[in-house]
Amino acid sequence: MNIERLVTMANDIATYFAVEPNHAAAVDGVRDHLTRFWDPVMRRQLKDYFAQGGEGLLPLANEAVDGLSVPPVATV
Amino acid sequence: MLSIVEIDYGTPKATSETIVELEIDGRTVHVPEGTSVMRAAAQAGISIPKLCATEMLEAFGSCRLCLVEIEGRKGYPASCTTPVAAGMKISTQTPKLAEIRRGVIELYISDHPLDCLTCPANGHCELQDMAGVVGLREVRYGYDGANHVYPKTKGGGENPLFVAKDESNPYFSFDPSKCIVCSRCVRACDEVQGTFALTIQGSGFESKVAASQNNAFLDSECVSCGACVQACPTATLSEKSLIDKGQAEHTVTTTCAYCGVGCSFRAEMKGEEIVRMVPNKDGHANHGHSCVKGRFAIGYATHPDRINTPMIRAKISDPWRVVSWDEAFAHVASEFKRLQATYGKHAVGGITSSRCTNEETYLVQKLVRAGFGNNNVDTCARVCHSPTGYGLKTTLGESAGTQDFDSIEQTDVVLVIGANPTDAHPVFGSQMKQRLRAGAKLIVIDPRRIDLVRTPHVHADYHLKLKPGTNVAVLNTLAHVIVTEGLVDEAFVALRCEPEAFAKWRVFVAQDKYSPEAMEAETGVAAALMRGAARLYATGGNGAIYYGLGVTEHAQGSTGVMGIANLAMATGNFGREGVGVNPLRGQNNVQGSCDMGSFPNEFPGYRHVGDDAVRHSFEQAWGVSLLGEPGLRIPNMFEAALDGSFKGLYIEGEDIAQSDPDTQHVTAALSAMECIVVQDLFFNETAKYAHVFLPGSSFLEKDGTFTNAERRISRVRKVMAPKAGYADWEITQKLAQAMGYPMNYGHASQIMDEIARLTPTFHGVSFEKIDRLGSIQWPCNEEHPQGTPVLHVDEFVRGKGRFMLTEYVPTSEKVNAEHPLILTTGRILSQYNGGTQTRRTANVMWYDEDRLEIHPHDAEERGVTDGDWVGIRSRSGDTVLRAMISERMQPGVVYTTFHFPGSGANVITTENSDWATNCPEYKVTAVQVTRVTQPSEWQKRYRAFSDEQQALLDQSVDTLGQA
Ligand code: SF4
Ligand code: SF4
Ligand code: SF4
Ligand code: FES
Repeated sequence: MNIERLVTMANDIATYFAVEPNHAAAVDGVRDHLTRFWDPVMRRQLKDYFAQGGEGLLPLANEAVDGLSVPPVATV
Repeated sequence: MLSIVEIDYGTPKATSETIVELEIDGRTVHVPEGTSVMRAAAQAGISIPKLCATEMLEAFGSCRLCLVEIEGRKGYPASCTTPVAAGMKISTQTPKLAEIRRGVIELYISDHPLDCLTCPANGHCELQDMAGVVGLREVRYGYDGANHVYPKTKGGGENPLFVAKDESNPYFSFDPSKCIVCSRCVRACDEVQGTFALTIQGSGFESKVAASQNNAFLDSECVSCGACVQACPTATLSEKSLIDKGQAEHTVTTTCAYCGVGCSFRAEMKGEEIVRMVPNKDGHANHGHSCVKGRFAIGYATHPDRINTPMIRAKISDPWRVVSWDEAFAHVASEFKRLQATYGKHAVGGITSSRCTNEETYLVQKLVRAGFGNNNVDTCARVCHSPTGYGLKTTLGESAGTQDFDSIEQTDVVLVIGANPTDAHPVFGSQMKQRLRAGAKLIVIDPRRIDLVRTPHVHADYHLKLKPGTNVAVLNTLAHVIVTEGLVDEAFVALRCEPEAFAKWRVFVAQDKYSPEAMEAETGVAAALMRGAARLYATGGNGAIYYGLGVTEHAQGSTGVMGIANLAMATGNFGREGVGVNPLRGQNNVQGSCDMGSFPNEFPGYRHVGDDAVRHSFEQAWGVSLLGEPGLRIPNMFEAALDGSFKGLYIEGEDIAQSDPDTQHVTAALSAMECIVVQDLFFNETAKYAHVFLPGSSFLEKDGTFTNAERRISRVRKVMAPKAGYADWEITQKLAQAMGYPMNYGHASQIMDEIARLTPTFHGVSFEKIDRLGSIQWPCNEEHPQGTPVLHVDEFVRGKGRFMLTEYVPTSEKVNAEHPLILTTGRILSQYNGGTQTRRTANVMWYDEDRLEIHPHDAEERGVTDGDWVGIRSRSGDTVLRAMISERMQPGVVYTTFHFPGSGANVITTENSDWATNCPEYKVTAVQVTRVTQPSEWQKRYRAFSDEQQALLDQSVDTLGQA
């Protein structure tokens, strides 16, 4: 999928959680949201993008994507 | 004319707990205090003659036909205006009463045409009935003198009292020669509808009914709700369909398929033909009222544009081939299997619609999850109320509104934000206006001066005319005032809400940046107004919030919904009548389609696909293993189609090419797919991109249920056979069978039984129970066998209410030199959504094109006058509409509706979306507006493409004709 769209969407989520004073909770919030609402294909693509440097991702989104669980390709 | 099957008790039901005993015609009768003598008699089976009284209206006491004698009282009091008293002894039939009544009727008849045999009301005319009941045998006065009946006087001159028929309204006619001036119509318009369009002019014998300022009905204030037509005891106001077809012989109770109010109707039928629709007095959502759409705009169901045969084609540039149902099913099955074999299991998906019944929606998601083997199912609620689901679930624990409509009777302060009930939810809008006329206070938060702000006998105490896109800022500011001025309901919060979350939230909203003064420039709302509104909501008694798409369709839609829940929690406005948070749903079954598991991450009942126990219960029932990971949402499907990984889509009842944002992006995605299956009544915009067309059935042709904005499940009942042979759920079932996944339901009720088995909030629901109770509000289960009108009574569904932090983040959609205006969108009363249905009815007489509303100042700057063609350009695209200069707008903001596809309102809207749910940001688009002389490039392309598709369709219809 268009990676810019995915980055924008991930950043929108991070922007919502940025207000959370407890940083760890904010990271969890973003990660949990991605896990619960994003198709694994999108999570995987975002994670690969992150592995290549993740340009354009907000710091909070970056932290959340690092450690995002993605099921192995075969099961999806 | 009243319904042919309902009993009219003459005056409204009294609600007192105190019971009064009295005697009527020697019979002992018990009724609640406040009941009229007329109603008490009617309940005991004794009918007192009447003309000016009817149950929907307050007693008026003008016809003097309902007189009775009461022991110990002088004279002959009118039974409609006389309340019962303990120990009363009443006689309803005495020789004296008979004489008076005969005299009254004689006077009426002496000024009434005697064409009963050819009159449309014949058989159900109350005047005729009363003449029979009182035993009128002669009329002594003759018809030669002054009368309203004949156009000419006896001497051949013009009769000054005569008024010709008014046929201007497409749905009903007004024949003043038959009017008995009982004023039921006038009172229905005032009391029930709240439009105040009719008056009685003149007095005595001269008096007559007139639409406002003596206009024809169509040109008056009248909104064609039909309440007056229903109330009229004679043929003066009659449905044109009744005049054409004659009296019905049976009725079937069903539910309106237009908006989220979910009005109950009695379809009055002659065989399989509908004579007229009459709102059901016992309907729990509408109590006998309706709007123009549900009552009159049903002609689309039998419109010649409907397609009644399946069709297929290989490419969208091919003509259609009319095929048998079996061939269509086999074709779709083989195509979807081919696509899955070639591109992977995830290359196909399905979209359900809020227009479908619960049973249909449930089956589509079942087909996708169990038959396709993925979770790529979504519904059009994605583009309207998905933030409601997310926001209310997160804060309160349940993805639904908290009250029933009647709860507003106990409301002291009504707060309406981003909703326009008088246009979009007319029957509830009328109920709201009734409550406001009775004294409740009103706060409106809306960029436009919606009708509710100033309408007869109603005006908003506060209108916060915010800038589009600043809802969250306004909600936080209201919360700031409540917190910093000590207006929090501390006891409620301590008892009912999570303390840590509340403590965090209190600090958050108390920040100076959210003070009304600091926010003034951002929101455009004066600080004093903001403070006043916050104080009123927090301290004015029961506060109820009603909101709509003006909250959800924003980049911060979900944040806005949570902000609303925060406000209501902080002020203790949950868990009883008169309060709560109430999303007004756009389409009839938005609530139901969400409940039925049509989101890619949720099974029916809002349970995540990753929840093992829930998933196993479905695996067991459906006999397949299911995926525990979310699938693609509608916008994700488009993205996946554009990158070549998503190839097949089964769309039931939804027109994504018209109603989704950024049309050119959507049509590019549709063009990239290999098998698009559209199941619909009409060849809609999406069908132009389809490879398979499956003709669906209208709500009149099938059984099922709809769930309205109050969580109320009501029955849809079949009144005629499906035009194309199958109800929609049967089509899905056949498709599943063709794909090799067994489904064998014999009736829609069996689908509901399965839903009830598998969904805890529906455990107690069945067709049998709905038939028995009339309707049921979920949750309905062991704990709440009769359903649940008010949610969160002793505790929130999630346990403790959870305050969420709702930082205001300005949208990235900003005005600049190139796009200096903000475009926002909405709808109007007479048209419905994409307009596929209402455009095919006479409703176009009120509204036949989408217009761009623009403030006089902005118009003047651009040299635009009313009616000019203007180009509207955003970064997504451009289109051309005619301008309508309007003071309702604020400078800098323009507005349009989206009822006509050629207007291309969604060509302009952008891909921006809600952070949590991807609900599109329809309500904020930066645009420039200029005067132009010709349609936009997109419109020219659209025209050409549509003409080409119509030609291909016409060719196939020809082949059908020859076959
Ligand atoms: S149709 Fe409705 S709005 Fe029009 S005059 Fe009758 S009651 Fe009033
Ligand atoms: S139009 Fe019908 S309801 Fe109205 S005053 Fe005349 S008879 Fe009564
Ligand atoms: S459109 Fe809405 S308000 Fe109008 S009749 Fe139908 S359900 Fe009722
Ligand atoms: S019905 Fe009571 S006065 Fe008309």
